[in-house]
This record gives sequence, structure tokens and C-alpha cells, in this order.
Amino acid sequence: MKLQSRRQLASVTGVALVSTLALAGCGSNNNTTASSTASSSASAAGGSSSSTACPTGTLNGEGSTAQKNAIQQVIADYQTTCSGATVNYNATGSGAGVKQFTAGQVDFGGSDSSLKSTPTAGTTGTEQTNADKTCGSPAWNLPMVTGPIAVAYNLKGVPKLVLTPSVTAKIFNGAITTWNDPAIAAINKGVTLPATPIKIFFRSDESGTTDNFTKYLKGAAPSDWPAATGKKWTGKGEGKQASSGVSNAVKSTDGGITYTEWSYAKDDKLGIAQIDNGAGPVVLSGPAVSKAVSAARQTGAGNNIVLKLDYATKVPGAYPILLVTYELVCSKAKSPAKVALLKSFLTTFASTGEQTKLQDIGYAPLPASIQAQVNTAIAALS
Amino acid sequence: MSTITGVSTVDELPDPEGHGPFEGDRASTGRLGDRLFGGTARGAGVLVIAMVTLVAVFLLSQAIPALAADKVNFFTSTQWNVDATPLQFGIANLLWVTVLSSVIAMIIAVPLGVGVALFITQYAPRWLSRPAASLVDLLAAVPSIVYGLWGLQVLGTHMAGIQSVLERLFGWFPLFQDAGIDASSTVLTVSVVLSIMVLPIVTALSREVFAQTPTLHKEAALALGATRWEMIRTAVLPFGKPGIISAAMLGLGRALGETIAVMVILSALADGTPWSWSMFNGGETFASKIANNAAEFDSPQKAGAFMAAGLVLFTLTFVVNAIARVVIERRKVFAE
Repeated sequence: MKLQSRRQLASVTGVALVSTLALAGCGSNNNTTASSTASSSASAAGGSSSSTACPTGTLNGEGSTAQKNAIQQVIADYQTTCSGATVNYNATGSGAGVKQFTAGQVDFGGSDSSLKSTPTAGTTGTEQTNADKTCGSPAWNLPMVTGPIAVAYNLKGVPKLVLTPSVTAKIFNGAITTWNDPAIAAINKGVTLPATPIKIFFRSDESGTTDNFTKYLKGAAPSDWPAATGKKWTGKGEGKQASSGVSNAVKSTDGGITYTEWSYAKDDKLGIAQIDNGAGPVVLSGPAVSKAVSAARQTGAGNNIVLKLDYATKVPGAYPILLVTYELVCSKAKSPAKVALLKSFLTTFASTGEQTKLQDIGYAPLPASIQAQVNTAIAALS
Repeated sequence: MSTITGVSTVDELPDPEGHGPFEGDRASTGRLGDRLFGGTARGAGVLVIAMVTLVAVFLLSQAIPALAADKVNFFTSTQWNVDATPLQFGIANLLWVTVLSSVIAMIIAVPLGVGVALFITQYAPRWLSRPAASLVDLLAAVPSIVYGLWGLQVLGTHMAGIQSVLERLFGWFPLFQDAGIDASSTVLTVSVVLSIMVLPIVTALSREVFAQTPTLHKEAALALGATRWEMIRTAVLPFGKPGIISAAMLGLGRALGETIAVMVILSALADGTPWSWSMFNGGETFASKIANNAAEFDSPQKAGAFMAAGLVLFTLTFVVNAIARVVIERRKVFAE
């Protein structure tokens, strides 16, 4: 009995020793000095002007799922060039992001809509004033990621489809029920439309995509879309969960139509409608969306860049259905140690190199005018 | 020394070891062990009851302000406007879909689970019963998101045939009417997936109960000339009935609260869709509705409305379990 326990003890000790050595080897080498990565970060950031050395530390962000793919790509690139920095982003939804930012739990938030300046029932103050209070300084909304919203459809034998805001609104609130309706045929001359019934799919979870799509319908075709705008869908159809749910549903249903992020429509190879806002059909592309963002008005003061998108824009070549994701930051950060890291990360995020790369995963780059404003605001963070 | 009858001097004097009269030699671990164990068991019971009570208190405290501000009847309205200030929300749709999906799931799962348990304990040879039991338990280890994806993409494609047959035969009955929803996303498909999720719970518990059947009862039945099935019907099943009911209640709890699989499979309905009793309709259950909107609880009032829905689910499960307990207790009065 004694021999057995001694042997057991020896084997346990051996396993413990081996595993300790193995895990110590696994631990990543986060102790590289900042100076060695300074030169590589300066060349790779392609636009960073202020910081010379790559800051170290950890940043925590939370919020919108629409920008999840974009921010994760930027984080991966940033952490490769600045190995002393760690940025964590948790995609829990715009509502959760705003809540956590207003409560001071995260360093920056991601939200598909800017902080509200109108009070919500049951809370004191507005989102903007509450965030200002938590920050101790004005909270700024920095537009960073432009996500085009595609009107995706699945119709056999119809590779090209043109839609106007009015027809789109009528389709999504059930006024037009079959694909060969005269209203659709009138704007698609020369295309044989089948008599398939239209099956609408919408987002059953509350989402910024629904919010911006309904805002587009109301802004561009107010008489055809009397329903309210908001994160909850107010039209007709069947609800599916998350963008992947609606895209999959359209892919497996002939005659299905939905609104979803561009990357999902591309991945599932759905037909993407061309939108005619009054200046001719526009194919969904990065530059087309950037044109629409350039047409936006800034309603915030100074460095608080709140954009009011013009959904009824008649700028030729502009694709009007999009959502802009804002990064919510405190103009005077609560912890000064993180300011350098925050500025460096946001500068990388807004840089031309990263923004152009985002097109490959279904986002549109910030137009130059907005990018300049964002860079000014980032430089003013303290 | 006096000699009074019935009184002995030994009762007055200490033991040879020096212990007092009537104390014994303390050979057992005695009262300390009793106190510790009994206290721990009592504490665990109190803790669990306290947790359930606190959950109920939390739900009530969050839900009551929203319920008070509700402008329509909470139980009969099908509206759900919780963003704007005239708060109007009602759970009629949610309640029906939750109850229907769970009931259908139990109708499928309980006979199937009891059958599997009977097979494993009574019919299967010994070399088969252990692996079979492990395989059924493995069903419980599959994550619910996997069930949801499987149900939507694999099972859903096969439900179209069943749905068209049922609609053709029974379409006149409101429960089987066509509602325009694709067959892969109906309440029936969700119920089938839920029944598979509930099956391992029912099987495992029933199996344990059937294995405990007194061998004497079984042998007595067989000795009186009963066939295998008659023996099971007269000796095993009556003995195991309280266990089966408990197993079914646990399974029902899982089916009522299942969130992810329902979210992925079931199509939500747009506001203003006409009411339908049909099992071929879409909709949302309490759990899936709360989960779908949990990230966007802007205000306490909005959160309160969803908490009210959660409170109804909590109460429903509680009531069903209480009824089951009553049934079991009544049954026990006649047992043994």
C-alpha cells in the first residue's frame, strides 16, 4: 500500500512538473519592448501622425455587432504591429454597448446610432448627458465603420433587379405581394419577372440594421412607409434571428427578400438589388456608399461628429441604404494611462490603409472629409 | 442502606470509569456528527428555497411597475409595444406558442422515453443495456445551438411532407390550419426538436425508477402466469408512476425554458399578424422573446415588460410542478 501511494505521488509530481514547463513555454511573449516595434508600427499604420512609440496596455470595448468583423480585423492588424497592446471587443449589441459606456465600464463603446439627445421613458437625463456625466467631459461620437445594407433577394432567373424607395417600402409592408406586380415590372423593363409570391424575412432580434433600414424607408418614401422606425421591425414578413438567419432563409426560399449587411448577402451569393433614389440605378459598392456618407450633415458640435444621413439623397452614384457605427469615447479619458493606446488604436482604425482593407469584408471606407474630421477629433483626445 | 423496592443504589452511583449515572460509555460518534450533517442538509434545503424565493422576488420587483403602466390586458392582448410611452404589451401569443410547443414535445417524448427505459431495464440483454443507456444519455450532452441548427437545416427539410399530409387530412381543425409559414420553421418542427432534447432526461430518470422495482413483485406476477408485458403493466409501471411523472415534469421544465433552439428554428411573426391556433404557425416563446431582445433593454420599463413575461413562465412552471406533486402524493397514499 505504501509503495503504491509513493508511486502515485511520484507520477503526479512528474505530471505537474511537465505541465508547468509546457504551459510556461506556451505563455506568449508579451514583454517585447516598445521601441523595437516603433518603426514597424509607424510604417504600417500609414497615417498615424502623433505617437512615435507603440503604447502598451489593454483597451476594452463593447457594443455593436454590425462592426464586429471590421473591428476584429483592425484589432488583429493592430496587435500584430503593436504586440505590447491588447484590445478586447465584445459584440453584445449597440444597446449593451451604450449602457456599458454610460456606466463607465468600458474604455470605448460601439453603437449603430449616436448617443440619444432625447430622454427615454423611465430614465433621468438623456444618453448623451449621462455619458457626459460619467466621463466628466463631453462624450464624443466618432463615426468609424460604414456598413452598407443590401436589399438581398433570391429569385430564379432574375440576376439584376432595380428598386425605388417607394416600391421597396410597398414590398416590405405587404402592399406588393408577387414579383410580377406591375409596379416592379415598370422599373425593370426587359426583365421577365415570375409570378412567385414575395416572402419577406426580417430581423426578429432588435438590431441597428432594422433601425437604419426603416429610417431609409421613412426618409426616402414617407408616404409609402407610415409605420414607425426603430430597432424593432414594423413591417410584414417572417422573423429570423440575426443576419445569418435572414440570409440563410432567403437563400433557401425562392422569392425571398430581406435587408441584411452586405457581407452576408455576398457570402450567401444572394441577388443584391440596385437602388434608384431618383438619379438612376446604383449598384452597391464601397465608393457608392462613401458618396452617400459624404452627403451627410453633421449635427453634433465640434468634435462630436454625429451624422444625419440623407436617405433621400439624389447624388448620382450614391447608394443610400447604410448604417454608420460610431465609437463612443470620452474626450478626456478617465484613466490617462490608456489615452495613448486609445488614440493610437483609433488612428489605425481611421487610417486609409485599414479602411480600404475593410471593403473586402463588406464595409465601405470612410470618405476623406469625414476621415479628416475623425482624425482631428482623435488628436484632440486627452 | 435502605432497600426501597424499585429504587436501586446503582442508579445513584457513578460508573467504574467515573462517568455519571445514565451516561453510557460514549462509544458512538453520537450527537456531533448528527448535528453537523443534519445542519448541513437543513442549510442546503433552506438555501435552495431561498434562491427560488429571491428569483421570484426579483422578477416581481422588476415586473410590477411595467405591469401597472400597461394599458391593455396583459393576458389577452397580442400587442407588444414596449418602446413608446403608451406601454401596451400582452402575452397571449407567447403563452400559446410556449404551451403548444411544450405539450407536443411532451406527448412525443414521454411515451418514447418510457419505452426506451423499459427496453433498457426489462427487455435488453445485459451486454446491450449499458451501452444503450450511455448513448441515450449522450443526447443530453449536445449543445442546444447544435440542436437548433440541425433542426433548421436537416429536420426542417423533411417536415414539409408531414405538414402537407396533416393539413390535407385535418386542415378543417384550427390546430392544423395552414398559416403560410415554411415547414422548417413552425411550432411543430420546434416541438420535435424539443422532444429530442427532453428524451434523455425522461429516459434516465425512468430507467433508474424501473430498475428499483422490487424483484419480488415482478416474480410474483410472473409466477401467477403473466406474460412479460402483463408483468410490466402490473408490477413495474404502477411502481414507477411517481418517477415517470417527476421525470416528465423535469423534462417539461427544460422544454418550457429552451431558448437557443427555439430562436434559431422558429420564425417570428410581424406585428399585426392575425391570430392563429395552428401548430404550423410561427411565433416566439417567452424564453426566445426575452433572449432576442435582451441586448436592447434601454429603460427599466422595457426591461420590466420582458421580466413580466419571464414571471409568467416562472409561475407556469411552478404551477405545473405543484400539480404534479399533488398527483404523486395522492398516488402514494394507495401504494404499498
